[in-house]
Amino acid sequence: MVERISLTDMNAGETGTAVEFIGGRGVHNRLCALGIRPGKKITRVNAAFGRGPIIVRVGSTQIALGFGMSYKVIVEVER
Amino acid sequence: MKKILLMGNPNVGKSAVFSRLTGIHVIASNYPGTTVEFTQGTMKIGDEEAILIDVPGTYGLEATSKAEKIAVEMLKDGDAVINVVDATNLERNLHLTLHLLERNIPVIIALNIWDDAKHKGITIDVKKMEELLGVPVVPTVAVTGEGIKELVSRIPQACNPKVARRSEEEKWTEAGRILDKVQLLQHRHHTLLEVIGDASVKPLSGIPIAILVMFAAFKVIRFIGEWLIGNVFEPIFERFWQPLMMQLSSILDPGSFLRSIIIGKLIDGEIDFVQSFGVLTTGLFVPIGMVLPYIFSFYIVLGVMEDSGYLPRLAVLLDNLMHRMGLHGWAIIPTLLGLGCNVPGIMATRILESRRERLITATIISIGVPCAALQAMIWGLVGEHGGRYVAIIYLSLFVVWVVLGRILNMILKGESQGLIMEVPPYRMPSLQTVVKKLWMRMAAFLKEALPIVLLGIMVVNILYFLKIFDVLADFAAPLITNVFGLPKEAVIAMAIGFLRKDVAVGMLGTLDLTAKQLVVAATALAMSFPCIATFVVLFKELGITDTLKSVLAMLISSLIVGGLLNAIL
Ligand SMILES: Nc1nc2c(ncn2[C@@H]2O[C@H](COP(=O)(O)OP(=O)(O)O)[C@@H](O)[C@H]2O)c(=O)[nH]1
Repeated sequence: MVERISLTDMNAGETGTAVEFIGGRGVHNRLCALGIRPGKKITRVNAAFGRGPIIVRVGSTQIALGFGMSYKVIVEVER
Repeated sequence: MKKILLMGNPNVGKSAVFSRLTGIHVIASNYPGTTVEFTQGTMKIGDEEAILIDVPGTYGLEATSKAEKIAVEMLKDGDAVINVVDATNLERNLHLTLHLLERNIPVIIALNIWDDAKHKGITIDVKKMEELLGVPVVPTVAVTGEGIKELVSRIPQACNPKVARRSEEEKWTEAGRILDKVQLLQHRHHTLLEVIGDASVKPLSGIPIAILVMFAAFKVIRFIGEWLIGNVFEPIFERFWQPLMMQLSSILDPGSFLRSIIIGKLIDGEIDFVQSFGVLTTGLFVPIGMVLPYIFSFYIVLGVMEDSGYLPRLAVLLDNLMHRMGLHGWAIIPTLLGLGCNVPGIMATRILESRRERLITATIISIGVPCAALQAMIWGLVGEHGGRYVAIIYLSLFVVWVVLGRILNMILKGESQGLIMEVPPYRMPSLQTVVKKLWMRMAAFLKEALPIVLLGIMVVNILYFLKIFDVLADFAAPLITNVFGLPKEAVIAMAIGFLRKDVAVGMLGTLDLTAKQLVVAATALAMSFPCIATFVVLFKELGITDTLKSVLAMLISSLIVGGLLNAIL
């Protein structure tokens, strides 16, 4: 079943597809610039520690997102 | 002369390509944001000279960030663009390329980091890429120089296929389409570096790894530094310089102005390189015999860490802690640079986005982060009384760094921004880059610090000779004796701290202080007024009001902490 969740709710090692970002153009542009765009496959690399940053892999790049920022990234995962 | 612009995403090797093309060495590091300000140099294309401008790295040309605005401005009067593209990150890089092709300027692509692409099992069809984009594409490995000759020879072929404007979305789609046609991914297993890479950002394994790395770094720095002092620099000074200076001393009239400036005081009839305090004795020994070895060892270790790609991972791990100080993890990078010298540390605060973060980081660097020169002197002089005294100084400074950060975070309005950053892959540091950087940094130290140290010691001696210090010392005595518990002569050292902190600690060494007094004085000195070089960059980076705020914070906190240490110890 496909579920829509926030990046912060993904498990480490899980892969999903980015669908939308909550927030204004600023957030959207910053994420897109680094290659996180709707339709892209995103794999979460680490388990968070408290409200620490979340690291994701997109293509061959790794990107660290602050906890607040990760919350704004909505992904679809197969569960 | 033709103006050629070097453009690309951050951290694609632009600085490295720039060095290759111009022969000018700029500092390349494995984290985004090395090039925040532009650098320019000249290069030869055939028989013609051209100006090469290293434009700040950008992801797009929408002029949304400061770097992008600068880039767009520069595009207006450039004659051609060398677009440096990271072969391991093609899609995102192509997005910028598509932006460039929309502008009316000839483009040539340097397909850099070609070596890593091969190792990662990425194959790129260069001919096909040229066909699809309509511009020349040359694979390069900037760190070794591979492909650079071909790149230069093909610059005249740079061209612009005149594509129609596309929206952001269309550009991404187009980048994806090109990627599918030119790139072939071979499936392969995780490399060892990738496994380590993941382990060092997961909190459970990452924190022990970070502690281990920092501990090892510290040990290596101390080991190399001490070894060099004990086996190279001290013997040279003692065996060769000492007899020479003794001879010079015997020619000069004792008690004369000249001798007290050049040689300084004799201690038991001998020159003592720490206590004599002449321009050619202590003046040379402090920067060369005590500080330079540590500058060397610090920058070797820092260079390796910068190039390996570990620092951004440390930034990710520390993000949580740093948030409590109103910063995000990135601020650790200027801080670490500050441990070498506060000047580059404060300049590196430019990689932070908001003014507020820059003010907080710059202030806590200049108060709580001792530079390598100061640390070397502390180890040399305070360390003689036992390691725990050195530890007290470090601990006090660390506490101040954290507490002050938190306080500033509370008083200054605003919120810290969320972190978004690329975590670069681990790379084997290239010996060439590390050595080159080390060399540049040592040369900068000798060029910038040595004259000020010599000047500082000369000024001290002249003022002593004219007895001006006695007046100053009497004036400030109540503060220094009552609050810090130091003899009034220590005022002079504090005042000299404005010129150079290492000289100031050196002066403390001539005062016969107890271990406790040394700890108080060295800590207060580290925290109080920044040295002149730091002051100048603070001023340049922050402007007058913020610099004054920052200086106020320094004076207050050094009084409080110095007083507290005096009371507790
Ligand atoms: N393996 C490899 N590493 C490279 C190459 N070019 C640059 N680097 C490394 O990539 C990192 C970023 O380079 P730098 O020149 O600072 O990038 P800039 O931010 O674009 O100026 C540094 O650690 C360089 O040593 C290359 O062709 N191959």
